[in-house]
Amino acid sequence: MSLISEVADLRSRLAAGSPLALAEPSPATAGDYVALMKPRVMSLVVFTALTGLAVAPGHLHAAVGFTALLCIAVGAGAAGALNMWYDADIDAMMTRTARRPVPMGRIQPGEALAFGLTLAGFAVVVLGLLVNALAAALLAFTIFFYIAIYTVGLKRSTPQNIVIGGVAGAFPPMIGWTAVTGSLSLEPVLLFLIIFMWTPPHFWALALYRTEDYARAGIPMLPVVAGDRSTRRHIMLYTLILVPLGVAPWLAGFAGVLYGGIALVTGAIMLTLAWQVLNERHPAERASRNLFAFSILYLFLLFATLLVERGWGGLITRLTERV
Amino acid sequence: MNGPAKDEGIVLTEAQKRARRSRSIAIALSLAALVVLFYVITLVKGPIVLVRPL
Repeated sequence: MSLISEVADLRSRLAAGSPLALAEPSPATAGDYVALMKPRVMSLVVFTALTGLAVAPGHLHAAVGFTALLCIAVGAGAAGALNMWYDADIDAMMTRTARRPVPMGRIQPGEALAFGLTLAGFAVVVLGLLVNALAAALLAFTIFFYIAIYTVGLKRSTPQNIVIGGVAGAFPPMIGWTAVTGSLSLEPVLLFLIIFMWTPPHFWALALYRTEDYARAGIPMLPVVAGDRSTRRHIMLYTLILVPLGVAPWLAGFAGVLYGGIALVTGAIMLTLAWQVLNERHPAERASRNLFAFSILYLFLLFATLLVERGWGGLITRLTERV
Repeated sequence: MNGPAKDEGIVLTEAQKRARRSRSIAIALSLAALVVLFYVITLVKGPIVLVRPL
């Protein structure tokens, strides 16, 4: 069966509420439930949370640290499952998302909802009981924000959806930090701001070459609503704000020379790619694909460098200070 | 003489049986991991695990 006919079949079943499908034994494997948790997003969340956890001052037993990361990962997975529950109709219309378990009919929407709520409750309660209440409160707020504010409130109604919705993706390093310290300070806020400002150029670069997909699903992404040219200008503007923010941890004395150097070099590449996106004529395919791909590497390099430099008791920093 | 036809209910296909088995194994492993996690955390934290000031 082709993808198009599979999707058409699913849409008709979703529209009909298909009581027959509900009575059928579930064809979902454990792998489908893993896919429901958006494992790639989850891995980025865990990585940024690990950075926040590792660079925070103070000591946390490895087992407690592992528990914190597990809860953050499960919380992110819960948010992913709830997002797929709510967005099943539009996921079925987009090539990129049509093969997700709910649009494919492998998991019923109600099952995804129950799975997501159970995981969310588990993650928040365990984080609160075994780590600390502030980290649990931040995790609960993050899940709430991603579902209630972004998925339900913003995604289908405004081109600013991923700008404001970026708050949810930016929280994990703060949760990691508070898991260790039980409080907040400037450093985790800087990490939050980096991810927050990184999100729009990253997703708009994707939306530039997926415009038709988003338009078909009725999602008012910036290229759909404001057009290609305006989106490219917005990407440039946000990248101009992002790059200094990327360097800020070094300027604020929170990161070392290694981080500063990498933030400057990768920031310059981000600006170059954003400039190419701005100046590329139709179709904005190659430049936006390049920016989308590099933006992932950019964020990874910033956080990985911070992790290497400041993590594990600032081992690298202490060694370089001695030289 | 044949009795009334026996209601066999829903009969799972091989694929559905495999899917159910994979889900069951995943649930079992998750529960086992949870038991280990709570055991280890209780050892690490000691009696303070019961003290949770808000």
